[in-house]
Amino acid sequence: MLSSKEQKKIYELMVKTRVLEERLIKMNKSGQGFFWIGGPGEEAFNVPLGLLINKGEGLNHDFLHFHYRQSATLLTMGAKMIDVIRQMHNVAADPYSGGRNFVNHFAVKEWNVVNVTSPIEVQYAFCIGTGVAQARNKAKGITIVTGGDAGTAEGEFQSCLLWSSRKNRELPILIIVTNNRWGISTPQNEVHPKSGIAARAKGFGIKTAAVNGNNPLTSYEALQKAMHYVRKERKPFLMEVFVSRLYGHSSASGANWVGGEADCIREFEKQLKKKKIMKDSDFQKIRQKYEEEAKKALIEVLEEPKPDPASIFNHVFVDRKDAELV
Amino acid sequence: MATMAQAIRLALHYGEENLGVKDIFGEDVGPPLGGVFTCTQGLKNAWNSPLDERGIIGCAMGLAIAGQRPVAEIQFSDYIFNTIDLLKMCGNTLWCSNGIWQVPMVVMTPVGAGIHGSIYHSHSFESIMTHIQGWKIVMPSCAYDAYGLMLSAIQDPNPVMYLIPKALLRSQGEEKIPGEPENPKELSKMIDAPLGDRSQWKPKWPDLGDPKMPLGKAKIRLEGEHISVISYGRMLPLCMEAARQLADEGVDCEVIDLRTLFPYDQKTIFDSVKKTGRVVVVNEDTEVTNYGEHILRRITEDCFYYLEAPPTLLAGANVPGIGLSEPLEQASVPQLSSIINTLRKVAETA
Repeated sequence: MLSSKEQKKIYELMVKTRVLEERLIKMNKSGQGFFWIGGPGEEAFNVPLGLLINKGEGLNHDFLHFHYRQSATLLTMGAKMIDVIRQMHNVAADPYSGGRNFVNHFAVKEWNVVNVTSPIEVQYAFCIGTGVAQARNKAKGITIVTGGDAGTAEGEFQSCLLWSSRKNRELPILIIVTNNRWGISTPQNEVHPKSGIAARAKGFGIKTAAVNGNNPLTSYEALQKAMHYVRKERKPFLMEVFVSRLYGHSSASGANWVGGEADCIREFEKQLKKKKIMKDSDFQKIRQKYEEEAKKALIEVLEEPKPDPASIFNHVFVDRKDAELV
Repeated sequence: MATMAQAIRLALHYGEENLGVKDIFGEDVGPPLGGVFTCTQGLKNAWNSPLDERGIIGCAMGLAIAGQRPVAEIQFSDYIFNTIDLLKMCGNTLWCSNGIWQVPMVVMTPVGAGIHGSIYHSHSFESIMTHIQGWKIVMPSCAYDAYGLMLSAIQDPNPVMYLIPKALLRSQGEEKIPGEPENPKELSKMIDAPLGDRSQWKPKWPDLGDPKMPLGKAKIRLEGEHISVISYGRMLPLCMEAARQLADEGVDCEVIDLRTLFPYDQKTIFDSVKKTGRVVVVNEDTEVTNYGEHILRRITEDCFYYLEAPPTLLAGANVPGIGLSEPLEQASVPQLSSIINTLRKVAETA
């Protein structure tokens, strides 16, 4: 059971992320960023995930193959709000892509955060390799991969299930699917079987859990159990996590508040109040604190330079050598 | 001398002993087969993957990200097409992350016709592959280069696509690989698996060296004054034979083996064309948006005032596949006769 202090910390990180995402949406709507995609509605799962990751660089730490709805995990791990705003405004100082990629497309070598990509589900193929390396390494590091329910239709998802579950060659991969029941505008029940995603993993002999991702406490507990299994047994585990999608798919679908879906922050506030851990005024103070931080960060970022056009050939190859045709 | 298949095997052995290669994998790559062309036979770190090309490329990229030095095989390039977006990502990961993640991996795959491989064992891949940025792309034309290029590919910090001209895999080299025994029979006895039960067999590897063959450097196989012939892979030996025959007619060909298709050796190409004023690029990929067209476009732009005849491409016919029957295959990809005829025509253009 998490202490009151730990629950407060989770709440604070959830709000911090929500405030950041809402700021990013505002930036998009006011022309300060070309495109927004993010994770409002996934905070209750992604914050606990960030807290439980064995953070660091190299095989002894967790390798992370995330999708673009995990700002909460990154902020929990220690990413700065201002850096996400930098990526949104595509300035040169964006530490994840130097102004090259969409927001929430993180890449952090010192935390094993592998490039987040726009094509969905390719991470389920790449995670096989870090899984093979970590299976050989025999340390505590595991591979964690996250994708959405719609993308599980892609072949890489099946590749991940197959490669990670080969007899005597199992891979230590925590396979996460956040299920928001949508693929952009296509409802899940139109394109997927009724049996659910976890059921597919069972066919490969992979242990599974279905988790209410709108509750941070049950998410934390389920993650702890799943991670313990993968770390100890060095075998895959699949979590199907039911989450909300509170601002739609992305700015392409308007990025407006969606009614009728559970808001994990409101739900958690009810719990915290009931348990007398926090009260309304605490909630307001926390929100205000992060709104100010985000605003201050934005003002700073708006003054920062855009990338140098001459830099387009940087990192085509290591050391730029041979990148440019002369 | 070693065959090209043996040379690749020797290089991979050197890689696992000296260059940190822990994973040489793909479909049928591990024991007992050691690859459909035996390129991975007897290697201690060779393993069989599921029949899943997307899984193979994904696994290689993950291994590279995790600091390993994987060599993955796609059994025939005809089966690599369903991995294009993953290849794209292997090539763009460094760029997208603004230099954060390096992807040091090698993918090897047999290409081209010449073994009566019909529609799905004859595809060329260089024209598509050279459209995928962030990769270095090599194709040897002899056993010695197959060895040297593989060692350099493994040591390169970028993803490298190693295209194998499958029809040359059984051809013996003329140059000795560092450490290779003098007698090819002795080498065969040491590293070729016996027929039948191989469960107790272990190869005896020679003590090998690294010839330090840089990527991006072409080799002038034959010096000449009248016409520059630019080729690589399976077409290269045919170009050499064409050059020998045309020499009897007084046509003096300079034959350039590109060896690395990207980044290619612009200087060697331009110097040669500026000297001869005539150029033919020969490859067996289909002719529309052919890799050779890029080379010719650069020659046209950079060497225009040196040209004495139209820069010419001799490539495969623009058809969906290579037909199985001998006359169909011969009509689809350049043959010795068509190379000779093309070179002669360009040489004779006033």
